[in-house]
Amino acid sequence: MAEKKTITVALAGQPNVGKSTVFNLLTGLSQHVGNWPGKTVERKKGTYSHNGIVVHIVDLPGTYSLTANSAEELIARDYIIKDQPDVVVAVIDASAMERNLYLVAELLPLPSPVILALNMIDVAEQQGIQIEPEVLEAALGIPVVPMVATRNQGIRQLVETIDEMVQDGTAYEPKRPEIRDDHRAVLEEIQDLIVSRVPDPYRVSWVSLKLLEGDDEIMRLMEDCLPEDIWERVHAILMEHEDAIVAVASGRYNWIGRMTRAALVRPGVGQITLTERLDRWATHPFWGLVILAGILGLVFSVTYTVGAPLQDLLSTHVVEASARLVSAALIGGPGWLTGLLIDGIIGGVGTVLTFIPILLIFFASMGLLEDMGYMARAGYVMDRFMHLMGLHGKSFLPLFLGFGCNVPAVMGTRVIESRRGQLLTIMLAPLVPCTARMVVLAFITPLFFGAAAPLVAWGLVGLSLVVLAISGVLMNKVAFGGERAAFIMELPLYHVPNWRTIGLLVWQRSLSFFKRAGTVILVMSVVLWGLSILPTGKIETSYLARIGQFLAPLGALMGLSWRMMVALLTSFIAKENSIASLGILFRAGEEAGLAEILPGILTPAAALSFLVVQMLFIPCVATVATMFHEANSWKWTLFSVAFLLVVSFGAGIAVYQVAALIG
Amino acid sequence: MLPLIPTDTELGLIRLGALQKGATGIVHDIQAGRGLVSRLSVLGFTPEARVTMVQNFGHGPVIVSIRDTRIALGRGEAAKVRIRRLNGQR
Repeated sequence: MAEKKTITVALAGQPNVGKSTVFNLLTGLSQHVGNWPGKTVERKKGTYSHNGIVVHIVDLPGTYSLTANSAEELIARDYIIKDQPDVVVAVIDASAMERNLYLVAELLPLPSPVILALNMIDVAEQQGIQIEPEVLEAALGIPVVPMVATRNQGIRQLVETIDEMVQDGTAYEPKRPEIRDDHRAVLEEIQDLIVSRVPDPYRVSWVSLKLLEGDDEIMRLMEDCLPEDIWERVHAILMEHEDAIVAVASGRYNWIGRMTRAALVRPGVGQITLTERLDRWATHPFWGLVILAGILGLVFSVTYTVGAPLQDLLSTHVVEASARLVSAALIGGPGWLTGLLIDGIIGGVGTVLTFIPILLIFFASMGLLEDMGYMARAGYVMDRFMHLMGLHGKSFLPLFLGFGCNVPAVMGTRVIESRRGQLLTIMLAPLVPCTARMVVLAFITPLFFGAAAPLVAWGLVGLSLVVLAISGVLMNKVAFGGERAAFIMELPLYHVPNWRTIGLLVWQRSLSFFKRAGTVILVMSVVLWGLSILPTGKIETSYLARIGQFLAPLGALMGLSWRMMVALLTSFIAKENSIASLGILFRAGEEAGLAEILPGILTPAAALSFLVVQMLFIPCVATVATMFHEANSWKWTLFSVAFLLVVSFGAGIAVYQVAALIG
Repeated sequence: MLPLIPTDTELGLIRLGALQKGATGIVHDIQAGRGLVSRLSVLGFTPEARVTMVQNFGHGPVIVSIRDTRIALGRGEAAKVRIRRLNGQR
């Protein structure tokens, strides 16, 4: 009997090639999503068993190449070089084979054997591209598996091929790309200089090539490893051949051309594809915006019309019901215990729980748009506006996710290549009104503004976005010196959505939200409950009240009493907490009670300033924690908090004073 | 006398951003720093590659098609790629 064997397979591929679909097919639900050590780049791992072999799959980040242009590329190549997986499966899009094989050209010189998963052959066929996998296999000297991952085709053969490659003892001898003739001499010169001085596990030929490509990481490595005089000679050669980056890249493309010549037949005249037809509208500077506005409007109305009633249902039937159950069970028990359980724990967990429907619907809509390929178009259309803030189109998607929840928005900034672009987007994300803020808006506006309530609500959302734009322009000028990163983005082909992929995306996003937000909100709810009850047991004389009274002079400028200030402070835990806190502070039994009390206490001017501050206030604690995690800097996190405090109070004061003047 | 550097016009070169919708050009070079050159050449913007303008409204970003892929480029990035017009096209 075969012994129980464990192997590791790395999945590599460029973005938008269906790599996640292949990963999901191979691993099913037995996957684990985490981060690469020390990096905010997602790492997915999973396992399957076949023929008594346990196969660990590591999904490498999607990258166009293995030159250290980004953290993702560095991670992908470091993993292959240092962890040396038993097999690397390179997933490529058969309809854009030339560009996709670029990554393969970089994978072949590395020690791990490569299997080519030729995905999306159905798309290639639709475009009239004919591919002969056997010919390609012979040309490259590696196994080629044709696949249509979205239709579950070819996955069995891929598993068999991995199996054969591991069992088979024969040497792995692929055809490896070579450098363009005009640079061969330089490459050899560098090789001779550094030979025997390259640290393990790197290979001399590979390091020499990366030096020629101007790879920062390898330059630093060799500067440290080489004696000074030799490094100076190497460096002089590199300076003299700065055009080598292009020579190496075009050398790879020439090689790809030779490898695919026999295996690939393209249609003579480019036919007009569905993508082209759709893009005439979707990327048009005017109609594109109209379409984007329409789609976003639809996403919002679906999210709120379907999500809000579900939220109410959960709130009454699960949260309030369990609160009643607990208080009934604890009759006669100590009052603090009831308080801790109901106000602290059930309140905290309930908050998170009632957000599930809205977040799920919102994430599913976003996932659908992303999977179909539309999101890149939205980024493209918005590029000219993002431009004004020194950002580019890629920042649009994370900011838009912020309408659901600021936490995934901040996490989503990972897609932005430049550090300054990412930081700026993180700084701006809290100004996107999230669902929780919308809940507060929807509760308070009808109480004060009657028929004009929707107008006021939309006005406040508009105000947030205007403040976001102005802050973006200012921060870019002042803090980032007005630079702007290059905007280069692939527009993938549109395709029929894959429900499995979307489902897993929603699942992972929600899970990471609940893991992060859930625990933080729970802990902070308990802390807040403690502050509201200590030391006297009554909220009016609690620490929380003292803090509110301390802030009363500031509140007076905005027409807000200390109670309103406390409500604002509690929104730091979760935005919609401010309603619950007002309920407690004004001794209203339930929301209906509060709805009757509030208009008698607040003038419309004060209500408006309360809402303005609420919209622009520091984000909830879960968002702040995520900001710190993603920005990886206390300085920027504190800057953001301070900035938002100033902006929100400033705007609140201005609005109250003006509104009070007008009456 | 200083050696004269031939101008783009003398060489028959234009910037990618000046290529009209539907027209095809041949990449000549990329006049930019190492980082941008590296990112663009990886995506297939290498000398002699054919690039077709898919969308160009004269302002804002452009969409080009290169090596079977549609790529959106900022106007600034498109201005750094020098191309030759393909014969018979404007």
